[in-house]
Amino acid sequence: MATDAASTGVTGTTRVKRGMADMLKGGVIMDVVNVEQAKIAEDAGAIAVMALERVPADIRAQGGVARMSDPTMIDEIIQAVSIPVMAKARIGHFVEAQVIQSLGVDYIDESEVLTPADYINHIDKWAFTVPFVCGATNLGEALRRINEGAAMIRSKGEAGTGDVSNATGHIRTIKGEIRRLSSMSKDELYVAAKELQAPYDLVCEVAEKGALPVVLFTAGGIATPADAAMMMQLGADGVFVGSGIFKSGDPVKRANAIVQATLHFDNPDEIAKASRGLGEAMVGINVADIPVPHRLAERGW
Amino acid sequence: MSPVIGVLAIQGDVREHARCLEQLDVDVRLVKTAEQLKDIAGLVIPGGESTTMSILAVKNNLFGPLRELRTQIPMYGSCAGLIMLANSISDGRADQETIGGLSITAKRNAFGRQVDSFEIDLHIPAIGEPDYHAVFIRAPLVEAASSAVEVLAAIPAGKSLTGTDQVVAVRQDNLMATSFHPEITSDLRIHKYFVDMVRSA
Repeated sequence: MATDAASTGVTGTTRVKRGMADMLKGGVIMDVVNVEQAKIAEDAGAIAVMALERVPADIRAQGGVARMSDPTMIDEIIQAVSIPVMAKARIGHFVEAQVIQSLGVDYIDESEVLTPADYINHIDKWAFTVPFVCGATNLGEALRRINEGAAMIRSKGEAGTGDVSNATGHIRTIKGEIRRLSSMSKDELYVAAKELQAPYDLVCEVAEKGALPVVLFTAGGIATPADAAMMMQLGADGVFVGSGIFKSGDPVKRANAIVQATLHFDNPDEIAKASRGLGEAMVGINVADIPVPHRLAERGW
Repeated sequence: MSPVIGVLAIQGDVREHARCLEQLDVDVRLVKTAEQLKDIAGLVIPGGESTTMSILAVKNNLFGPLRELRTQIPMYGSCAGLIMLANSISDGRADQETIGGLSITAKRNAFGRQVDSFEIDLHIPAIGEPDYHAVFIRAPLVEAASSAVEVLAAIPAGKSLTGTDQVVAVRQDNLMATSFHPEITSDLRIHKYFVDMVRSA
């Protein structure tokens, strides 16, 4: 990457990786598949864009193996917008991650939306200068990802459905498990760590702080302004919206509305204003109608 | 009575600034609307994404009241906040609006993308010894400043690869700004400097 004024400071530290996610808080990260969509997202006030070839709803519909996007497409989006750009690598595919880092992407999503490349190991994220966000359905999974170097967590939900129920379930589970840890006495944390299948030190840190040591966004099925505001009221630091915007009737209006509702998440009048006249929401699919082997949230371990 | 200091809560690391201020014995108010700007004694504009902050400030009709207020009370901006207080921006979107007030040109993402984000110790005379451990994340730089602007800190020529001093903290009357993020460290001296400005305003 061209840098006009690189300094002799230290790069790639935990603090700059986690701090980058802090700067995204209160924001909406939108999936985009081309430059035109990236510009719509930026104009609407998205905090970052996720550059990918197919949104989750299309991956679901078309099937087949879903992989990292074409570097040219990622480059074009980096050139087109001034907000941060994220891109997805397959779970465990450390070479896709190396490629994406070399493009100058600001954050890598090691994502269950793509087809996993390794059914045992995730990427060793400490080995990278670029920070990673990973999905989680519960606290143990979140802490295992943080232990591997993730600098940001998103609850998974069920991507590409427009059905918010799993997103709700996952953020409630993670927040609930954090509250439970906070109420435990010190000698109970050993067993808690065993049960969560998470490192003891991280479990103690969460118990003491009453929060994850990294930013927690939520994702997977958010399709309306009210969905986004509900995630914020449930304690998310921000939201990812994948198929919900560009699979809807009027993406420009909906993108703006979801951003406004995320900003004013605790103000029902503003959410109502944002919800008016948006046209059709994405048609969606009930998570309960998806056969278990096709549920993306089950990927990752 | 403790002064009320607002933190602009459109987006960004609002909570971290609030936490720093609370430790300095001031009352903190998160500000999302023009009404919430009433009767505050100072305002912090947090780190975040300046493009987004600017777009949302336009959509929520905040620039008018903010520009009026900046002539009346002290304001402090970190990172994106520095860009918001700059009179001009280079390498931003052509239509990016700012609150302005600081006679500087801020260069966005001056050090590169996220992989170039870094930490470094800085000598800052205004807050005394020891050196201040500063965290820069996709940070801007003060590319040019008028003579009315006081330079509080710079990465010295010897440590910058450009071979020139890089200005990263400034003050002009009631306004101050840093390229770096004191709010994500535990060293409160920058916030204390700002709270002192508010108390003596």
